Amino acid sequence: MTDSRPPLLELQDITKSFGGVTALRGVDFALRPGEIHGLVGENGAGKSTLMKIIAGVHTGFSGRFLLDGREVHFNSARDARAAGIAMVHQELSVAPDLTVAENVFLGNQPTNALGIVQWRRMAREAAEQLKRLGIDADPMSRLGDLPIGVQQLIEIARVLFSGARIIILDEPTSALSPPEVERLFAALRRLREQGTGIIFISHFIEDILLISDEVTVFRNGRKIMETRAADTSKAALIEAMIGKGRDALEDSYTHDITLPPAPAGKPVVVEADGVSLARNLKRVSFAVHAGEVLGVYGFMGCGQLELARILFGKLAPDAGELRMSGEANRFKSTADARRAGIAFVPESRRDMLFLQEPVYKNVSISILDRINALLLKPARERALAQRQVEQLQIRPADVEIELGLLSGGNQQKVALAKWLSHPPRLLVLCEPTRGMDVGAKSDVIQIVRQLRDQGIAVIVLSTEPETVLSLADRVIVLKRGEVVREFAGETISKDRLLEAA
Amino acid sequence: MAHGDTVPMPEAQARRAGIASLLRSQMRNIAPFLTLIFLTAFFAIASPSFATLDNVGNILTQVSVTGIIAVGLTFVILCAEIDLSIAAIANVTGIAVAYFTLQESYVNIANVPLPGFAAILLALALCALLGAVNAFGLTVIGIPSFIMTLAMMQIAAGISAMLVRGQIAYKVPPVITTLGSGSIAGIPWIVVVAALMLLLGHLVLTYTRFGRYVYMVGGNREAAEYSGLNVKLILGSVMVISAVCSGIGGMLGVAHFGSAQQNEFDTYLLDSIAAVVVGGTSLFGGRGGIGNTIVGLFVLGVLNNGLDHVNIDSFLKILIRGLILLAALVINVYAQRLRAKAADQPRCRRVGKAMPPGVACTPCVSKLGARWWARRETERG
Repeated sequence: MTDSRPPLLELQDITKSFGGVTALRGVDFALRPGEIHGLVGENGAGKSTLMKIIAGVHTGFSGRFLLDGREVHFNSARDARAAGIAMVHQELSVAPDLTVAENVFLGNQPTNALGIVQWRRMAREAAEQLKRLGIDADPMSRLGDLPIGVQQLIEIARVLFSGARIIILDEPTSALSPPEVERLFAALRRLREQGTGIIFISHFIEDILLISDEVTVFRNGRKIMETRAADTSKAALIEAMIGKGRDALEDSYTHDITLPPAPAGKPVVVEADGVSLARNLKRVSFAVHAGEVLGVYGFMGCGQLELARILFGKLAPDAGELRMSGEANRFKSTADARRAGIAFVPESRRDMLFLQEPVYKNVSISILDRINALLLKPARERALAQRQVEQLQIRPADVEIELGLLSGGNQQKVALAKWLSHPPRLLVLCEPTRGMDVGAKSDVIQIVRQLRDQGIAVIVLSTEPETVLSLADRVIVLKRGEVVREFAGETISKDRLLEAA
Repeated sequence: MAHGDTVPMPEAQARRAGIASLLRSQMRNIAPFLTLIFLTAFFAIASPSFATLDNVGNILTQVSVTGIIAVGLTFVILCAEIDLSIAAIANVTGIAVAYFTLQESYVNIANVPLPGFAAILLALALCALLGAVNAFGLTVIGIPSFIMTLAMMQIAAGISAMLVRGQIAYKVPPVITTLGSGSIAGIPWIVVVAALMLLLGHLVLTYTRFGRYVYMVGGNREAAEYSGLNVKLILGSVMVISAVCSGIGGMLGVAHFGSAQQNEFDTYLLDSIAAVVVGGTSLFGGRGGIGNTIVGLFVLGVLNNGLDHVNIDSFLKILIRGLILLAALVINVYAQRLRAKAADQPRCRRVGKAMPPGVACTPCVSKLGARWWARRETERG
């Protein structure tokens, strides 16, 4: 709170690069005892790299790392933990089959002199700790039986009460309901009073402004701004995050884009009506017309992944239905969805491609039953694949090469190519340009536009605003499983999108 | 993201690196073959009676039942699943076909004599049904194949026990007797059947859409599902195929041995799994095939037969078989790792970024050349 106190943690002139890519350039960062320090920045701005350096995960970097004013060198995450630094990762990392108490004490169960776990003491202390977080859970119940939000709180509890002096929270609120967020914040404030330093990363700027004392903004591996939370606003932070007119690449998306008016007279290809799934999706409804790209934007954990899997028949919704051309879909498997004319590209290439197999087998896999009934026709497969490879400018243009030898961007194009030999009616794309360089990105954008112009309905789901803005004709924004905003036939810009989410 | 700082290796060194990487990636196929050559040479030197035409015929006959069962098992293992019920299903099918055949009066089994073709059809229906139960448990209920087929092993053994009640049956339909113990032009029919089934299995795996799906499901199940393949249907099918192959092996085996009784096929479970795995089909799925299984069958056949020829302590023989199987498993797992390593590109010292390996790009090693080119292009692209 008071800037006169010496910092708990101080980083000076930190630079870190991966291969040829510089993730952090000359970053200074300080965390004082009893301070909650909010970090904001887009995906890839360098927040998580910095946090991983602090948590001892990344070790090779240049710059000075001071703990209590003394320089330290961590060789591993274990060293960082020993020094009192703890991190809660965005993804849940709990043991669902162990009890609540075991999860709270994971790795440091209280034992007696013989090394035997003291169950009663563990249960009692776990209950006490959880009560302080406002969680009323039986310490002896199985963790996996509790709602995800409670599981997340218990994981946070484990770190909060581990005695760490520096706690890093990466997107802790994305799976929590508003009252759960309140309880978490109350616990954080108590820890602040005890002098713990807390780093709080979130895409939810309201949360950052509510809980933080200091806020630091990252962009493109640099620290752009550091300010007291009381002295700034959501708009100012978003502006600092995306940087108006700074980079040529981002340029077009920081200005307003006018979305085209709704297509008139085009048939509705797919319609979602009140689709719900457990805690992930709540009564999501939308319609996509032929020759239209619907963008679905939201932060990580907003329910996009689940929505995409429902569209492709991998998950079945708890309530609501999907209609294709007016008929209700009841997909029993992804094969049914494929036959109904739906194509799907998941967010992770590894889940989509056969890296050990040659390119042509990857391209032909989804259309094999159209090429032949029983026997394979490798020559036709190769010819079809060759045509796709040339059309999409996949490099190298050789269909015999093992797919794993291609670069990531080219692999992503193969993932698209497999659906294009026989154009689908609906194309569902998750994070279609994630991790791609500029050239590959614009190629993919080109391909999707061409498909749309051929009359295919496309749904693009992404956590990156640029991806949605560069592709979509219409955008819906998902927030904690609900559609909170729809942009259609109006001007839209990145800050408006971020603000809606 | 161009990287101009990949220094080309000297050509000779580059070619060596290329061959080493080829060897590493082909370890799965090379190691079993070398094992086979080594074992054959060893026994040929150690025993004068081993390398004779007669003995080759013996070995072929000895591996035939295992071979028939292993055809189906290859499908299952290619999908990264396992079937522990193969031997029990072989046994129950063999017993069933005898149960539906008129036995001699001294055989004390309350059997149901039927015409030969009906007995065969019923026996085949039985093994297909048991395979379908495996498939149902695996895909619909979601029981891991290891456990599901373990239960099926007991179930099939139980049906066998109920049918024969500790007795031994001898008669099977004449066509089965011929295929199991007769010969044509000096070649035992059972060897012909095994060869035909292996060939059929190979053709299905290599040239049909279903075969491609089997490899793809084994290679990356998630990707197969997201490519819109009906993964459950494919997994279910391989379980049925495995059971039917086992059933055929069981019927011919009963004719071959001349009797149908409880626990007759117990050793075939391990032998069949060993043949597939020793041959180099990946336990992780997606790699290998019938060709590998054939090599594996011969490795086992030569080993079992050869150990008899060198007159080794029969108890030691069991131990040696175990050790060979262990060695094969080690190679199987290492081959997977070596492959992964071979695919992993060396890192450039300066930027730490993956760079093309220095494979000589000469037309004579066109495939390697293509790989090299692929990497070079992707680096540039």
